[in-house]
Formats: sequence, structure tokens, C-alpha cells
Amino acid sequence: MPSGNSHPLDQYLRTARLPHIWCPGCGIGIALGGVIRAIDKRIKEGVLKKENVVFVTGIGCSARTSFYVNFDAAHTLHGRAIAFATGAKLAKPELEVIVIGGDGDIAGIGGNHLLHAAKRNMDLIVLMITNFVYAMTGGQVAPTTPLGLYTTTTPHGNPEPPLNVVKVVSSLNANYVARASVTHPLLVEQYMYKALGMRGFRFIEILSTCPEVFGRHIGVRDPLTLYNSLRSKVIIKQSPSIDESDLDWEKGLVIGEYLIRDNPSFLDRIKGGSK
Amino acid sequence: MMKSFISGNIAIAEGAITAGMRFYAGYPITPASEIMEYLAEKLPRIGGITMQFEDEIASINAVIGASWAGVKSMTATSGPGLSLMLEALGLAVITETPAVIVDVMRAGPSTGVPTKTSQSDVMQVRHGTHGDYVIPVFAPWSAQEAYDLTIKAFNVAESLRTPVILLSDAVIAHLWESVLIADPGEVEIVSRRKPSVPPDAYLPYKPDDDLVPPMATFGEGYSVLVESLIHDERGFYKQDKATYRSLVSRIINKVLSKIDSIFEVETYYSDDYRYLLVSFGSTARSALAAVRILRKSGIKAGLLRLKTLWPLKHEILKKYCEEAEKVFVVENNAGKILYDIERVTEGDKVVPLPLLDLEIPEPKDIVDGVRKWL
Repeated sequence: MPSGNSHPLDQYLRTARLPHIWCPGCGIGIALGGVIRAIDKRIKEGVLKKENVVFVTGIGCSARTSFYVNFDAAHTLHGRAIAFATGAKLAKPELEVIVIGGDGDIAGIGGNHLLHAAKRNMDLIVLMITNFVYAMTGGQVAPTTPLGLYTTTTPHGNPEPPLNVVKVVSSLNANYVARASVTHPLLVEQYMYKALGMRGFRFIEILSTCPEVFGRHIGVRDPLTLYNSLRSKVIIKQSPSIDESDLDWEKGLVIGEYLIRDNPSFLDRIKGGSK
Repeated sequence: MMKSFISGNIAIAEGAITAGMRFYAGYPITPASEIMEYLAEKLPRIGGITMQFEDEIASINAVIGASWAGVKSMTATSGPGLSLMLEALGLAVITETPAVIVDVMRAGPSTGVPTKTSQSDVMQVRHGTHGDYVIPVFAPWSAQEAYDLTIKAFNVAESLRTPVILLSDAVIAHLWESVLIADPGEVEIVSRRKPSVPPDAYLPYKPDDDLVPPMATFGEGYSVLVESLIHDERGFYKQDKATYRSLVSRIINKVLSKIDSIFEVETYYSDDYRYLLVSFGSTARSALAAVRILRKSGIKAGLLRLKTLWPLKHEILKKYCEEAEKVFVVENNAGKILYDIERVTEGDKVVPLPLLDLEIPEPKDIVDGVRKWL
């Protein structure tokens, strides 16, 4: 247990498991902080019950969030968090099921489940923390890795352009699609707060910093320098168009709320069919 | 009790409903699809959900998620789908998740012959996922037994907090027979044990004396941790040998210690046989017919039919084999339970009769196979 004054958000953390495993300068803690502050607000508003919050994660650095949150939590298989979460939500609809994963976990190995959950407008919140690299396994190319980058498995340069997951999810039936960045933590909190008040499939990509692995690949090992570098590339827009969502490091990385709608969710639709 | 004329696949669906299953997830595959089609119509009427997912991987992971949300859950597939499910089968093992996985066997390898029968998945259901574990496997030989063993599969899954495999095949799947469907209260239905301590004293992987931990599920205020890594009683990841040994041993022993209630065989003409046929599933129907043909011509044959394919109680197999001069292992594959029978016998009394038939084997083929050795 922490000594001295505890933090007001400690009630949402398994403090016995701290310190966490994330590297110095890693953005996941900032992202998680924003997410938990939003949950705290919704709990205090009476919109959400703490015992109904479930974190479901796959495998990877971001997936380790399930270690540290003091909610019901599942640390499952690589890529399969959305499938597991869908089962839990359908079996017990009063749960607020939140999936957190990296871009490899959610959009790489788990891409098919992401597509179908968005297509169904499944009642889930999916948070994809994008660090542009497979970090836990030591720096291999990821779905979002910039074109041409040298990684441990693209030693001649990455021949593939990055996957724009915001655009992919927006092309389906999600009710909410946003992109945030750990360089702007208040927006992480704000978008998560919004998502918690909505129904259907809600997707937030959170751009993040990985100085230990991604930073090594781009020659920026210093956390602050990397943070400022990402911050300088981020462009905040109130209502960005999907066409602006490409991960374009030259023009800038546009964050904002790409899609907000209130279509009937999967659970809404099957309620009509279960007479 | 109600008598219904139904197929083996429908019997499995009905058995699951009787057992309390209210979440089914699956992906279409021959010859298992009728289970999902039947449940898609029926489950929503009784407060359940049937969901067709994008693949078998999603299906079994959703089943595990639903079980953690407190609902008895099931999926069904055939060989290719089972191959895709194997990683998550291990997730169910290490997280001690009650779930029933039905494998309606067809011929392989690979796409094989989707519409024809086989018994070639015996090793896959026992040992297919990586790591050390024991998963109970039941193999019905009739529509009635498909119903009964599905209920047993759920009861074992719930009482031991483990995935359980029901190993059917294409013959049983499409075999229409009369089945007695139980009314509520007519058969014993077991549900998972819940914690008896408040949330702050609850350890999600601390077992009771029977090695099975009580199971809190999502939304009950216990802040449960479902952990795919090796974990201690709190669910915290640990890399040390003591934690690893303790968890893996317990997961194995909680099943093995209940082997007397898991393991079942059935025998025919067991009083005076000289030649013992060992078989299981649909092939055992042909084996029994072969035994009767042999008996008519004065040859003292008997049948040992395995209802449980894993774990096996070796002393029981040994006892029946010891009384025979020759033991014929009759199975519709290249030889699987053959190795189990060889393990419990001495000398060269075991004769393999691998049939690789694609249909339910002709009793005559089995009779001919036996006669060669007389």
C-alpha cells in the first residue's frame, strides 16, 4: 500500500501491484490516467457503477493496463480482447466493457474482430494505444509503423504504408470514432467521458510515446524530446473529416472526434428479435 | 420427461439447454452447423443469446468472456474450427473457465472430407493446446447419449471450473433417434461454486479443499482478475518455479482427483469373452454389431466402449483387457486410443483395427478384421 497521502484515484487502481512495468517516458500511464478520470466522473455522476466496469485486454504493453485497474479485468489472448469482451457484454448487458490494446493487438492480429465489432455497432468501448511499433517483443514493425522506418524486422526499411485505423473503423457502423494523443491528456479524458455516455461501438485511438523502442528506431531516446516531437506533429481539429485522418508525419497527425452518431446498437437490435 | 425424435446435433443443443446454457457462439462448419441453427431459433425464446461470429477464434473467446459474465456457455465446431480454437482452449484452462466445446468430427487433415465422418481428432482434443493440462473429453454413441453427455459435460465444467470437450462425429450428428428430454428437476444440474467471503477477502485462484477455487464473475463487485499468464492466488503474474508448479499441478490434479466421476465405460458380453473389442463413439455401434455376429458363430467376443476419452482410468482398462486373449482396438482413424490400450496391456495381445472409413464402418469389415487373428 502507498505510504503518506494516497491519490484520489487510487480506489480505481490495484496499488499493491505498483510500480507498473511501463518504461520511463511511456505514454500508456498518461492514457490510462485520462481514462480513469473519465470513469471517475461518470461514477460520481451516477451514470456508471464501479462494479459494472470491466477492462478486457489482449497481450502487449497496453494490455497490461488490466493488471493495475481495480475493476473486474481480464488479461486474455493476443488479438482476442474484443471477442472476449463481446461475449461478456452480450451475456451481461449491464456491464460497461472497455477494451484497451496496442495497435498490433487491436488492428494487427485482432483486426478481424475489430472490423466485425464495428460493423455490428457492438456495445463496447475500444481504446487503441498507438505507439507505432511492437514494443513488448522488442521493436518489430507494427500496423501503424511509418513507411520506410527501420525496425528489427524491417532492417531494409518498412515497405508498407501505415494502417489508418480511424478511417477503417469510420467506414463501418461505429457510433463514435475519435483520435486523441497522450500529448494532450485532457482530450483523452474528454473523449472517454463522451464515449461512456454513448451506446454502440465507440473507438478511440490514442497516439502515444515509446522512447525505449520506437524512440530508438527514430533516433529519439530522450522521453521529453520524443514527447515534444509528437506534440509538434499533432494537430487538434474540432470536427476533422475522415480524409484528414491518415497518419501523415509530414502534414501532421490530426486528432479530434471524427464520428459521433446515435444509431441503434447491436443489443438494441437483438432486443427486437428475441420475442 | 418428453420423448423427442431428433438428431444427435439437436440432442446436443437440447442437452445444453437442459444444463442451463444460455450463451452460444459459433461459426458455420459442416457437420456441426445444425447445433447453431437450432439454438439461434430457440435460445432467444428462453432468455439466451446465440451469436454467429466472424470465425471460430472469436466464438470460443466470446464463450470464455460470457462464462466470466456468469452465464453457462458453449460453442460447437469440427476439426478445422477446433484447430483455430486451440489457443483459446488453453486460455479457458489457465483461467479455469467453465465452458463446453463440441467437436463434431469429420475427416481430415485440413479440409479433408467435410461431409463424411471420422474419429481422428482424439489426440487434438486431449493435447492440442500448448502447455500442461488435462481436459475431460466425452464421446457419445447415440442421440440419447449426445443429450446426456452434454449435460454431464456442463456439470463437470461447472464443478471443476474447466473447459470440457464433447467429441461427437458426423454419424452421430445426423443420426435421428428417440431421445428422452428431461423436465426441470429431473436431472442433476450443477452450477459453479460462488465465493463465501466478501470481496476484500476474496482470492480468485485460491482453491477449496477439492482444488477448485470458488468463482466470482463480472459485475458482482469482486474485482476479479482473469489472467492468461501464470499467476498466484490473487491472479498476479509470477515467473517463479514454485508458482508455476503449484498452478499447473493444481489445474491437472483438480481433474484427475475426480476421475471416478468423470470416467465411464460400458461393456457388452463382459461375462465370458475371449476376444475384446474396444471402441467408442459411432464406431462402437458397428463394433457391437460385429460382436453379435461373432457370437452367433460361436466366437466369444465382447465389447468395451469408452464414453470418456480423457482422462482414462488405466486400472479399469487394464482389468478388461487382462481377461481377453486378444484385444481389438476398433476406431475410425489411423490409430489413436490404440496407444492407450497398448499401454495397459502386456505382450502382443493388442490388435489395431484402424478403419479410415469415411462412413460408419460395416460390421462385416470389423468381423473380417477379427477373424484374421483367430
